[in-house]
Amino acid sequence: MFFGIEWDTSSQWAFAVSIFPILLHGLVVTLEATVVGFFIALLLGLVLAALKSAPTRFVRWPAKVVTEFIRDTPLLIQLFFLFYVLPEFGLTLPAFLTGALALGVQYSAYTSEVYRGGLEAVAKGQREAARALNLAPARTFTHVILPQAIPRIIPALGNYLVSIMKDVPVLSVVTVLEMLGVAKIIGDRTGGYLIPISMVGGLYLIMTIVASLGVRYLDTHLPKRGLSLK
Amino acid sequence: MEWTSYLAPLSQGAWVTVQLTVYSTILGGLFAFLFGLGKLSHNPLVKGFSVAYIEIFRGTSLLVQLFWIYFALPLIGQAIGIDLRFPPVAAGVAALALNIGAYGAEVVRGAVQAVPKEQYEAATALNFTSRKRLWRITLPQAIPEMMPTFGNLAVQNLKDTALVSLISLGDMAFRAEQIRNFTQDSVTVYTLVLFMYFGMALVVTAIMKLLERYVGRWRAAGR
Amino acid sequence: MNDANPDRDTHNGRDVNKGRDPIIKFDKVVKRFGDHVVLDELDFEVKRGEKVTIIGPSGSGKSTVLRILMTLEEINDGVVYVGGQPLWHQWRREQLIPASEQHLRQMRSQLGMVFQQFNLFPHMTVLRNLTEAPVQVGGVAKAEARKRGMELLEMVGLADQANKYPHQLSGGQQQRVGIARALAMRPKIMLFDEPTSALDPELVGEVLNVIRTLADEHDLTMLLVTHEMHFARQVSDRICFFDKGRIKEQGTPEEIFTAPKEERTRAFLKAVLDPDD
Repeated sequence: MFFGIEWDTSSQWAFAVSIFPILLHGLVVTLEATVVGFFIALLLGLVLAALKSAPTRFVRWPAKVVTEFIRDTPLLIQLFFLFYVLPEFGLTLPAFLTGALALGVQYSAYTSEVYRGGLEAVAKGQREAARALNLAPARTFTHVILPQAIPRIIPALGNYLVSIMKDVPVLSVVTVLEMLGVAKIIGDRTGGYLIPISMVGGLYLIMTIVASLGVRYLDTHLPKRGLSLK
Repeated sequence: MEWTSYLAPLSQGAWVTVQLTVYSTILGGLFAFLFGLGKLSHNPLVKGFSVAYIEIFRGTSLLVQLFWIYFALPLIGQAIGIDLRFPPVAAGVAALALNIGAYGAEVVRGAVQAVPKEQYEAATALNFTSRKRLWRITLPQAIPEMMPTFGNLAVQNLKDTALVSLISLGDMAFRAEQIRNFTQDSVTVYTLVLFMYFGMALVVTAIMKLLERYVGRWRAAGR
Repeated sequence: MNDANPDRDTHNGRDVNKGRDPIIKFDKVVKRFGDHVVLDELDFEVKRGEKVTIIGPSGSGKSTVLRILMTLEEINDGVVYVGGQPLWHQWRREQLIPASEQHLRQMRSQLGMVFQQFNLFPHMTVLRNLTEAPVQVGGVAKAEARKRGMELLEMVGLADQANKYPHQLSGGQQQRVGIARALAMRPKIMLFDEPTSALDPELVGEVLNVIRTLADEHDLTMLLVTHEMHFARQVSDRICFFDKGRIKEQGTPEEIFTAPKEERTRAFLKAVLDPDD
């Protein structure tokens, strides 16, 4: 029994049917962790990107090293670090939030590069054109660069959303009951790993295919010439 | 306890991590070429199999794949009467290689398709067979294009090896967890391990950069 | 090897060997790209050793003729013969069936092509560009291929560049390597697809000189597509004016350049020879 739902081991088919609602409980947690982790990554990435383009190199340089450090170290270790170290500094978060925070930290390294890459790709040629037109730098940014950068940035961020979803199972090590963790526990208790883990694989395939289609839709339907911000 | 006393067990784990990374990166590279070229094959069977492999391993989570190979596959083996129980090392290397290979396969496909069709025509005009055209003309031009992404994938693979600690393989992440359990000194242990992974990643990056320069050395001639 | 088989020629009932011995023959060849007809039942012949230049407005199918001969484009209808053998077909029980890759490879060995964009292999040195195909495809020993490669580089005046990579050469030098590379396979027919169109004007001369030497000193069959009218007049035995996928007019350079019969030919030549007019 799990989440108050009994499983039926009378046949493989009955077993699969009976554990499906249990896995769906896990799936909801997976999606929640994905969304929360993604938003943390979006925000932290924005901070890192801003620091990396700061006017002084005493800010830029450490920001770059931190980004590189985050990107080059495993999510699992970062997760353990946050899980065991934060409480020592008096910050005890629920496991779910710690997990989402770890996802957010890890992926902020990637999102910060997406922001920077997207802005720089546009900024190069356009900044000079805007200067020739005598637009103020701030106005150039909001009216010229940002509208063109956003359509490039969004699909790339979407791809990282899919990646985050695939990394959520790591959170099971700190007792977050996401889908794979749930499947593993069902396997531990019944000895039947094959069906639950295969079902998780199938559900993942469906989720990533749907998400990838969504990203591709955004990629083809966002206007390449720029988005009107008004 | 002094933090230096952690170094011995951690370096044991580091050696396992290095081995896992090397084996699975090489094997993954092999899968990348095999299925990346397979996806470009005109044989529908080869193409279909390659596409299915790439989609399944890119579309699911590495941890799901690892658990499936380690926990679920033996049960299939039981049902059909073959021993499919793999030692953790084999299961770990297989899962890592299959996973990174699927991402690599898309890189190989893209780079091969990016070789200008004029090169293909010149090779045809000189009467190359399709096999020699691939080995002598297409791949030598495509491989330097793949290298920067392969470098990222190799670092990704190094990071992913940490997950095999979850099937009780004694890698660096596993040792760290053991030490923490024993000493409760989590700040020191995990800081140390984070820096060790970072150092390894820098080494992997440097090696891949050297490799990149080597396979693309013709580009730099005279410059 | 795969020389013309006289038995086959009696089967096909067309005039493959009627005295004039065409090494290339297009028999009512049709080539379409979608709805666009590029070659419209084209009949066209080139004799052994003949130097023929194809001129005409862009889109008239000039390059397509060369690309079909080099087996880079398939044909939709008709038959192409090279050395008396069908190129895109092969005989089976007195029927023409689509050619196998093996047949195409046999036929290709008679042809060499020089491309507008040179298409050298960027990852190989100049000399390796010349030796790779003879060694890998022709089964020539490495030392022999290198010797022959150096001779060819000598001929195009680039022996001192043998160990450089293509990107280190000027466009004109690259195209001379392109010519030498094609010759390294000892073809009987050389196809030149606008060999100077991608070059800066000051580099055109060195490439044309190499082609001129080739035309004067060898009994190669040469088929040339070019916009260099003056050059075409000097080296060609015959000029073919293509328009809308057919030969509108052909004749000796004298006939075409001094007394074109067709109005289209006159208009085209006037446009390219006196562009300022």
